[in-house]
Amino acid sequence: MRENVTSPWVLLLFLMLLLFIANLATGSVSIPPAEILSILVTGSHDNPAWTEIVLNFRLTKALTCILAGSALALAGLQMQTLFRNPLAGPDVLGLSAGASLAVAILFMAPAATLGIAEHLPPLVVSVAATAGSLTVFLIMILVARRLPDPASLLIVGLMVGALAASVVSVLQYISKAEHLQVFVIWTMGSLGGLNWNELLILALALVVGSALAFSAIKPLNAWLLGERYALSLGINTRRTRLIAILSASVLTGAVTAFCGPIAFVGLAVPHLTRLLIRTHNHKALIPAVALGGAALMLFCDIVAQLPGSTYILPINALTALIGAPVVIWIILQNKSIRI
Amino acid sequence: MKGKSLLLQCHQLSVGYRHRSTATVLFEGLNLSLTAGEMICFMGPNGAGKSSILRTLAGLQQPLAGEVVLQGNLERARHIAVVLTERIAAPQLTVAEVITFGRYPYLGWNLRLTNHDQERIHDAIDRVHLRGLLHKRIYTLSDGQLQMVLIARALAQDTPIILLDEPTTHLDLNNRLEIMNLLRTLAHDSGKAVLLTTHDLDLALQTADKIWLAHPGRGIYSGWPEDLVLNGSFDEIFQMKGFDLKTGKVQHPAYRNIRVQLLGDGPAWWWTKNALERQGYSVSTENADISVTVTLEANLPKWKLHYSGNERQVSTIEDLMDIL
Repeated sequence: MRENVTSPWVLLLFLMLLLFIANLATGSVSIPPAEILSILVTGSHDNPAWTEIVLNFRLTKALTCILAGSALALAGLQMQTLFRNPLAGPDVLGLSAGASLAVAILFMAPAATLGIAEHLPPLVVSVAATAGSLTVFLIMILVARRLPDPASLLIVGLMVGALAASVVSVLQYISKAEHLQVFVIWTMGSLGGLNWNELLILALALVVGSALAFSAIKPLNAWLLGERYALSLGINTRRTRLIAILSASVLTGAVTAFCGPIAFVGLAVPHLTRLLIRTHNHKALIPAVALGGAALMLFCDIVAQLPGSTYILPINALTALIGAPVVIWIILQNKSIRI
Repeated sequence: MKGKSLLLQCHQLSVGYRHRSTATVLFEGLNLSLTAGEMICFMGPNGAGKSSILRTLAGLQQPLAGEVVLQGNLERARHIAVVLTERIAAPQLTVAEVITFGRYPYLGWNLRLTNHDQERIHDAIDRVHLRGLLHKRIYTLSDGQLQMVLIARALAQDTPIILLDEPTTHLDLNNRLEIMNLLRTLAHDSGKAVLLTTHDLDLALQTADKIWLAHPGRGIYSGWPEDLVLNGSFDEIFQMKGFDLKTGKVQHPAYRNIRVQLLGDGPAWWWTKNALERQGYSVSTENADISVTVTLEANLPKWKLHYSGNERQVSTIEDLMDIL
């Protein structure tokens, strides 16, 4: 059975490129698109301030959007398949909360009081965040084995998230103001401010995460039938579960480390993409969902800059503002929500 | 007897659950086998452990002891296909997508279908007559259609053995018959070994080549359906409450203590007898105070009723019963 998935795929790629350019063109300083293009191509401009803004601020931010959006959406897709639950996602099941807790400990625990908080190497932050989300993920997998009921699983996910959040609150209460500020700003989520080194690590995480996901397209597809059917088709279900967990944790952890906990992208994008590409084949879904995540993130970031104003809204406020109505709309359209 | 090839054998198989360190044994010492070209109906009371045995044979559940031996060196997924009772996790899947899953044991990581794979898929679709449903999502299908799709998926897997867990439950008589006939054709024409669990006693007795009867605590009786009926195995296991297996009918006590003479022949005679017995009359062809004669007029049945000197004629069994 061959599925025709080429045209929506091209559409998504085109949409992402369009939003990428639009994203570069918006900001508090207005720079004509033609000039932006020439800076990108030649790497320099008569106005050094513009070069600085485009190359070291806007370009890194737009690339961060693409990497973070793709990573979160891919993590969400794998979690929805793994839990066979349409409401699964890195934020819903407490993964982001786990990553937050790990980062909070790093920022505000005794090591931080020595004054190294601001100078923590990005790799350390990202490894800590990955470990945090991996821990929560493993807890959720253990719970999922005992609770096949999706609704109960979500409630446990919310509880684990609340638990992590309350530990974070305690840490906040007892830590010094300057460390607290670093952490609070981090929790609002930010797509700007990453340097090229940090971008490289984020890109590396995305490559590793999507390579893992791609290596598992066959078992992920079979997983949609149910675990026993997958077993009967010769799928190694234990290994599949491990690969998907590892991939989703690396993806969520890296994004959360650099951009803070970003909600709703992981939950909403797989559904939005499935509206466009009517297939369940992960071979088509994985690249499409990654493109969709990148596009949504670029869009949210454009809105966050409030064109014509100098304010930049926290990205977390916007993803929920756009993501929540989308999920509600999908449920109302279909009378239900399904993977 | 032509030579039969054994496709699966189990030796001293113990089936059950292991929870932490305690094992619950449902059956032990099972020595069962599946033969090419045979359809076996697996019956037994609810909760006896039929599904557990099916899953253990399919390799989806670990045996507590003993082993299941497959003939040849094929990997299990190319040897056994299953149809289970559990719900499909993603109801948005299309019929075509579900059937394609049957080819997964033969595909590489990137799922490229060869011409042979396509042929097997289309063959399965045609055998189960699903052409018109290919692009429907499975949550829009009726129970009967969904069961057919799952059977087509198992067929696409192209295995010598197919194991089905209650494929006819929740279906109407027509669908049940269609599925049983399809499975029997698969066994007889394609030489597959088909094993299905079912509660459809009447259908199983009339279609199965062999029957396995699960007797909790005692093991599994295996044999031809007729033999198991006559040697009382069914009665022992199901403790029939008013169903006479040897005549295939529900028993009615003749509580009215009234004898009726019924004359005539054909289906009309048979159904009239059925109605009278259901209402508690004792029916025979010998002389009695009440006499009913069934005749056909222009292909429609008529009933002539003689009782205490009166004679009446009616055209439905209901009217006949009203007079009585």
